Amino acid sequence: MDGSTQAVPVNGKQAMDVLNGSVTLTVALAGQPNVGKSTVFNLLTGLSQHVGNWPGKTVEQKTGTYRHGGLTIHLVDLPGTYSLTANSQEEVIARDYIIKERPDVVVAVVNAASLERNLYLVSELLPLQSRVVVGLNMVDVAAGEGMKIEPQVLEAALGVPVVPMVAAKNQGVRELMDTVDRLTRGEISYEPNVPEIRADHRDVLDEICALVTGWVPAPYPADWMALKLLEGDSEITAMMRDQCLPVEQWDLVHEILMEHEDAVLAVASGRYEWVGRMIRAAVTRPRTGQITLTERLDRYATHPLWGVLILAAILGVVFWLTFAVGTPLQNALDVYVIGGLAEIASGLLAGLPSWVSGLVVDGIIAGAGTVVTFLPILVIFFAVLALLEDVGYMARAAYVMDRFMHLMGLHGRSFIPLFLGFGCNVPAVVGTRIIDSRRARLLTILLAPMVPCAARMAVIVFLAPIFFGRMATLVAWGLIGMSLIVLAVVGVLINKWVLKGELAAFIMELPLYHRPNPRSIGIQVWQNSSEFLKKAGSLILVMSVVIWIFSTLPNGEIQTSYLAGLGKALAPVGALMGLPWEMVVALLASLVAKENSIATLGILFGSGESAAGLQAALAGVLTPAAALAFLVVQMLFIPCIATVAVIRQETKSWGWTAFSVGLLLIISLSGGIGVYQLARVL
Amino acid sequence: MASKRIVQNGPSLSSVRSGESVQIRRMNGGHQFLSRLASLGFTPGARLQVVQNYGHGPIIVHLRDTRVALGRGEAKKILVERAVEVGDGR
Repeated sequence: MDGSTQAVPVNGKQAMDVLNGSVTLTVALAGQPNVGKSTVFNLLTGLSQHVGNWPGKTVEQKTGTYRHGGLTIHLVDLPGTYSLTANSQEEVIARDYIIKERPDVVVAVVNAASLERNLYLVSELLPLQSRVVVGLNMVDVAAGEGMKIEPQVLEAALGVPVVPMVAAKNQGVRELMDTVDRLTRGEISYEPNVPEIRADHRDVLDEICALVTGWVPAPYPADWMALKLLEGDSEITAMMRDQCLPVEQWDLVHEILMEHEDAVLAVASGRYEWVGRMIRAAVTRPRTGQITLTERLDRYATHPLWGVLILAAILGVVFWLTFAVGTPLQNALDVYVIGGLAEIASGLLAGLPSWVSGLVVDGIIAGAGTVVTFLPILVIFFAVLALLEDVGYMARAAYVMDRFMHLMGLHGRSFIPLFLGFGCNVPAVVGTRIIDSRRARLLTILLAPMVPCAARMAVIVFLAPIFFGRMATLVAWGLIGMSLIVLAVVGVLINKWVLKGELAAFIMELPLYHRPNPRSIGIQVWQNSSEFLKKAGSLILVMSVVIWIFSTLPNGEIQTSYLAGLGKALAPVGALMGLPWEMVVALLASLVAKENSIATLGILFGSGESAAGLQAALAGVLTPAAALAFLVVQMLFIPCIATVAVIRQETKSWGWTAFSVGLLLIISLSGGIGVYQLARVL
Repeated sequence: MASKRIVQNGPSLSSVRSGESVQIRRMNGGHQFLSRLASLGFTPGARLQVVQNYGHGPIIVHLRDTRVALGRGEAKKILVERAVEVGDGR
């Protein structure tokens, strides 16, 4: 992790700002998922937070500052992890940060309602060098479950400060920072009760420790490295074997490790035994038999039948919201804001050469329009996603869909973003962030563009009645069904041949349901939307301008433009599907936005604004077989540039972006050719 | 991996019916899998209650104050035995 060391204070020594006498502390927030860690972080940093990526990783990094009296606290939100053993890059990021950057304090946010499992992470944090403060969050939820927890008793057992809080109601968060402040000033004693390995494995650990001492690279503690080796930690094992130990020395270590392959569970059991001692006196448990809200809701939400119906109902509401609220807003933005801007710009640029106003109005403003008109739908999707995640429902949806998604080598979690694709593929690709395994996430991103989006449906709705009359509805449903079958088949094939590898085990916490926090949801929607505007937006804008240039040069007429030239050059491919070059150009134009196909055909056939005129013209040049082929290609064609842009943004790889585009190109063209040739024979 | 032998003594978690409480006897699998299970509270000796098991698809268990969903394949690798009755199931 290079380049991030400059402003970080050295182990516990506060960096004094000589100019204004203020003190800067670095505090890392650690915690398991579903403990309200991001609520704490959002409360403290508000909109001052900076979102980026961990150096060299695809995991989001959030930092921010909080002022506490004369104190400036630099907060680093570590990824939510259940442990500090390398099961995913999140764990590696969290522990590397603590070991290498040595924050002044690590605040461990724990969920009071599942303290036993939550303290497991604390048992892994205490042996590291940074001092730990435990933020005992959700004490209200624990009380609601009938548990009695005495923070002072827990504090005495752990030997580190414990601060009770209800972050969702902004209770205790100031006290938490106050405790951090007083701890660093030495006003609170700090004598952590560091867990030790279980007696039956102490000798083995000592043996390994003796073998590696002297070979362990700088910031890592040797005994910690020995413990991770014993646990079979993949990252540490590879590091010691390949970079640190001489071969003979590694062989000795390896021999011991092979003899104690079961140590991973012994070490974990030892930690839980320690946790048990910590909470024995501090927690009084309820009698079982009390039925909690979560249990009652889950009887339906995770039921094989009711669960699916509830999920369908929720998704139905999302659809309805998109069409009832999002689409009118989208149209209004398009007509009034973008249309108004275009009109003003045309007026202002009237005296200049026509290519200038063309570039500004049809290139830049139209491109910006595409970006802006995506926003209402995206905001709705982001808000619904954040809400479902915040109340704890998302894990249930994933659970219910798991059995279906297994067919494609995916887990239930992949279902949510794919479904969003029906509205628009852009939030579908962005929504894959909720998938924890990188491999599953990549596969889901590759599949997302095959979900027919609303814009593609609009093209079908326009074209199908011309050629298929009363069969149009049937054809439309058939095309949707075809897309989903192709999606499933491609999913199975990619899973088998391209993205091989173990299916990550499906083990997922089902968090307790709780009231959503509007502030957290608001911040998340704001961040996701602004990130879309910044990153994907600029790319969409550039690509829109490029496509406009190709559709205008050399003479300013689309019929004779380079784009048309490309269409004519590709006419032999079109001929295989019975499509004239105009239809090929319409497909190319759909790259900007799927609904562009129709507008482009309007220009090419010179029917202008009249939809009826275009329909008549199309009926004249296309056979039903060719029309069907066109629709098939349209459904599965290269996604619009907005989707391509977010695929690049989310995969952070031009290679996978190109793979996605190439894959869809091959599938759509072979599908179109196949359908046309088949339909002609029949 | 030396522990390729799957010792099938005792029922697996996938065969435990909804509502029953059991104790984990043994967990089979690679380091990565065992470590993930352990971080969510699954260790030999841990007590758990099966909340939902319809005989197909994933199951839900309750252990260490947490509800955890796990796939049927994963549940098959966890061998259990009847928990000794101690009143409140803990």
